Amino acid sequence: MIDLPVIIVHFALLLGFPPLLLGVINKTKAKFAGRRGPPLLQAYYDLARLLRKQMVVSRTTTWIFRAGPVIALSSALLAGALVPFGAFDAPLRFTGDFVLFAYLLALGRFFTAAAALDTGSAFEGMGAARDVSFACLAEAALFVAFVVLVRLSGALSLTPMLHAPIAAPFHGLPTAALALVAVALFVVLLVENARVPIDDPNTHLELTMIHEVMLLDHSGPLLGVALYAASLKLFLLSALLLHLVAPFALGSPALDWLAFAAGLVAIAIGIGVVESVMARLRLRYVPSLLIASTILCVFGFVLTLA
Amino acid sequence: MTQYPAPVALELTAALCIALSGAPAYLLGTSARGSKRLDALRQTSATALNGIGSALGLAALVLYVRSGDASTLVIAPLPIGRLAFALDGLSALFLVPILIVSALGSVYGSSYWREEEHRESGCRLRLGWGIMTASMIAVVLARDAVAFLIAWEVMALAAFFLMGADEQSAEVRRASWIYLVATHAGTLCLLGFFALLGALQGSSALWLTLGAAEGGSLSTALFALGTLGFGLKAGLMPLHVWLPGAHANAPSHVSALLSGVLLKMGIYGVVRVCGLLPHPPVWWGATLIGVGALSGVLGIVLALAQHDLKRLLAYSSIENIGIIAVGVGLATLGRALGRADLVALALGGALFHVLNHALFKPLLFFVAGSVLHATGSRRVSSLGGLARSMPSTFAVFAVGAVAICGLPPLNGFASEWLLFIALSRAVGVDAGHGAVWAGLAAPALALIGALAVAGFVKIAGIAFSGEARSEAAARAHDPAAAMLAPMIALASACVLLGVVPGAAMSLLERAISTWDPSLENVASALATLAPLGWISISAALLIAFIAASAAIASGWRAQTRLASTWDCGYAHPTPRMQYVGASFSETLVSLFDWAVRARRALLERPRLFPRATRFEYDVPDVVLDRAVLPLARIAERKMWHVRALQRGPVQMYLLYMLLAVVILLMVAP
Repeated sequence: MIDLPVIIVHFALLLGFPPLLLGVINKTKAKFAGRRGPPLLQAYYDLARLLRKQMVVSRTTTWIFRAGPVIALSSALLAGALVPFGAFDAPLRFTGDFVLFAYLLALGRFFTAAAALDTGSAFEGMGAARDVSFACLAEAALFVAFVVLVRLSGALSLTPMLHAPIAAPFHGLPTAALALVAVALFVVLLVENARVPIDDPNTHLELTMIHEVMLLDHSGPLLGVALYAASLKLFLLSALLLHLVAPFALGSPALDWLAFAAGLVAIAIGIGVVESVMARLRLRYVPSLLIASTILCVFGFVLTLA
Repeated sequence: MTQYPAPVALELTAALCIALSGAPAYLLGTSARGSKRLDALRQTSATALNGIGSALGLAALVLYVRSGDASTLVIAPLPIGRLAFALDGLSALFLVPILIVSALGSVYGSSYWREEEHRESGCRLRLGWGIMTASMIAVVLARDAVAFLIAWEVMALAAFFLMGADEQSAEVRRASWIYLVATHAGTLCLLGFFALLGALQGSSALWLTLGAAEGGSLSTALFALGTLGFGLKAGLMPLHVWLPGAHANAPSHVSALLSGVLLKMGIYGVVRVCGLLPHPPVWWGATLIGVGALSGVLGIVLALAQHDLKRLLAYSSIENIGIIAVGVGLATLGRALGRADLVALALGGALFHVLNHALFKPLLFFVAGSVLHATGSRRVSSLGGLARSMPSTFAVFAVGAVAICGLPPLNGFASEWLLFIALSRAVGVDAGHGAVWAGLAAPALALIGALAVAGFVKIAGIAFSGEARSEAAARAHDPAAAMLAPMIALASACVLLGVVPGAAMSLLERAISTWDPSLENVASALATLAPLGWISISAALLIAFIAASAAIASGWRAQTRLASTWDCGYAHPTPRMQYVGASFSETLVSLFDWAVRARRALLERPRLFPRATRFEYDVPDVVLDRAVLPLARIAERKMWHVRALQRGPVQMYLLYMLLAVVILLMVAP
């Protein structure tokens, strides 16, 4: 069952591809605004520069401050081994791995938020509070989505759950349920990665920031790790969503990998479009958006009962 | 025939040893002056006897698991009839937390509740500690209604005296009395329950499965009385009214015993009640799942809203009891539908969570006790910076917090994962059955997990991180070795069971097949239903990843410069500018305001030109402060004339009893 080439490509993509998505999003936004924008590979340059820099750390902090980015990265890497990429199986797959996936992201969130609070800054406290609060609702939506997928596929592991739409492309399975789940998962993706309309990643000094504000006091390599871990999370949730919006297998491995990469780029463009055409929601309306997407998923669940 | 003593006899000997553990210290007398050596002797004698008893009890469990000897011990010719005791899979599983938490708590208490400082209550506390532990052992071993009720009542009363140790405080007295009323309301239900059970099966023997023909409409009453009585002890919402106050105000090691073990006695009862019928009705399971999900969500939201560290932990116990109840409910549902896989996974997950919660919750109460000991405060928002002043305490707290949030790679994840698999399997049931709806408890469980993350990040971030908000917090220090050692032991157990959850398998499988004997084969297949090996592999991988990246990150230490917190250019932040607990949790609490009803009050009236003002924020208990107490006050006003019945002279009461007997004789056919 161990398909070595697939595993190698899987991890190569997992490690190397995520920062590109940030470049694609920024390029899309630049095009919309009529700017030339930063180069596609800007995120890689930023990371390389951050890794070489000196670090300034607050005297208030303890080990938990350093643990934040480190554990966020480690848990995202392990979560990355559980998600099937495109038509291929995930390297690690077992009954109940979807629970591990969600809880690994929660582990990263726990330490990112704890690290933010470790500085004793009220500003970072705000970000941490918002992050853990909105995540509660996103988690519920994500699990209703999983329940729908379990119901549709009859499987309890991410790989067969997400490949079910490929096995029966757009017939046999209630397409409407999948569509509702896909919409909800897109919202979850935007929340988990703090994108517009929930949070604007471009702001650095605004009272309504969420993810960026938690990283205010991180600098140098630690900031690099935190940003890289965040891009991994974006990559993973996009890979998850891709199964629902483009469920097909082309047959040849090379084409399938290409289709996977192209699909991710398309999702990144989609995020860029949303970010260009929408204003950010007022903070107090974010929960409503999340509850609405949870309810969409429950509708999807009801459809599967028919 | 048997070369070894019967495990149950050994277990009862252990109980006796623990029950008497406080006695030598008591006999040594309570001289007010007291020499230092005598004080030490009082403390060590109790701890040592408790430890010996617990070791003996654990040895009996090992013997039981090895031999499977489930023989019954009957103490027959007694004026009250016969007392029967036996050890089976379920008893064995619930004995583990009793023995472990009691022994570790006794060690912790020897330093936490020092003889020199608490001369008066110390002695009573040690006596009560042993008696409560022993009576809990007797509760899970009892196979006879009389033995059960005696043990149950002794346990309840011992708990009352333990939590009231600090009787000078009005708050403590109030919490203890509320507990006493609640526990007797529960006992009343249980009296009814056992009377009904005895009438149905024609004997007072306990925990036999009723025949298919028995029960009928009476089984509804049986379930209602049983879940009310045991649910009160477990603290299921809305029966939790006594719990937060009692756990917050008891001495911290007593809170650990209450939360880690006493609540589980209620769960033990609920599990036994649900196992009475071979084919329980579907609604039993559905009710438990609903009540469990409600307790879980509201419990953790109320926890999040608290500013008292120990109250927060107490509400989080309600949440965990809720998670366990969801598992027991799903197991009952599985039994009703004849789905052996659901039973094995759900009951396995629930019972595993019983074990796990008995490890991390006492750990967290020990941490809270150490914080209280070092700073004199339980208010999260007046602490801060403890991670630097109490590094070892913070390290064990971090383990406990990650474990209780159900995050990998620790033990809380393993048990919640089993429950998630069980719930997801219920989703696959045919739509005709209600079970498919039970699948929606999975998102509820996920919501609970995410809320728990918020709650425990709050403690980590507000109480332990940042700058100290008070003098006391700045001068705090790690506790003595006798307090630290039990915490380290519990934290290691959390890591161990998280990485190797298979270690608990044999105990769980025995408990499952005890609950449903038809599952003998399925229970042993629990490992195939839920690939626990993969949990070990992924936990090991995660730890390896973290270790590797931490090693790389430690290389950056050389290029690090220390400065003050940047905070967008605040040059001189003061500790008072930090975020506090209430501001951290406000977003979530306001989302649940329809249930929580936080009280927010500006203490000074707003003026034309704003000036310094004060703001009060408080979250009363929804059920106790908004329903039970107002109702009790109304009852007190309206029913004053009933008091005429209760005037005090004994002869009146004897007359009432005589009248009751005469009426019963007349009514009885």
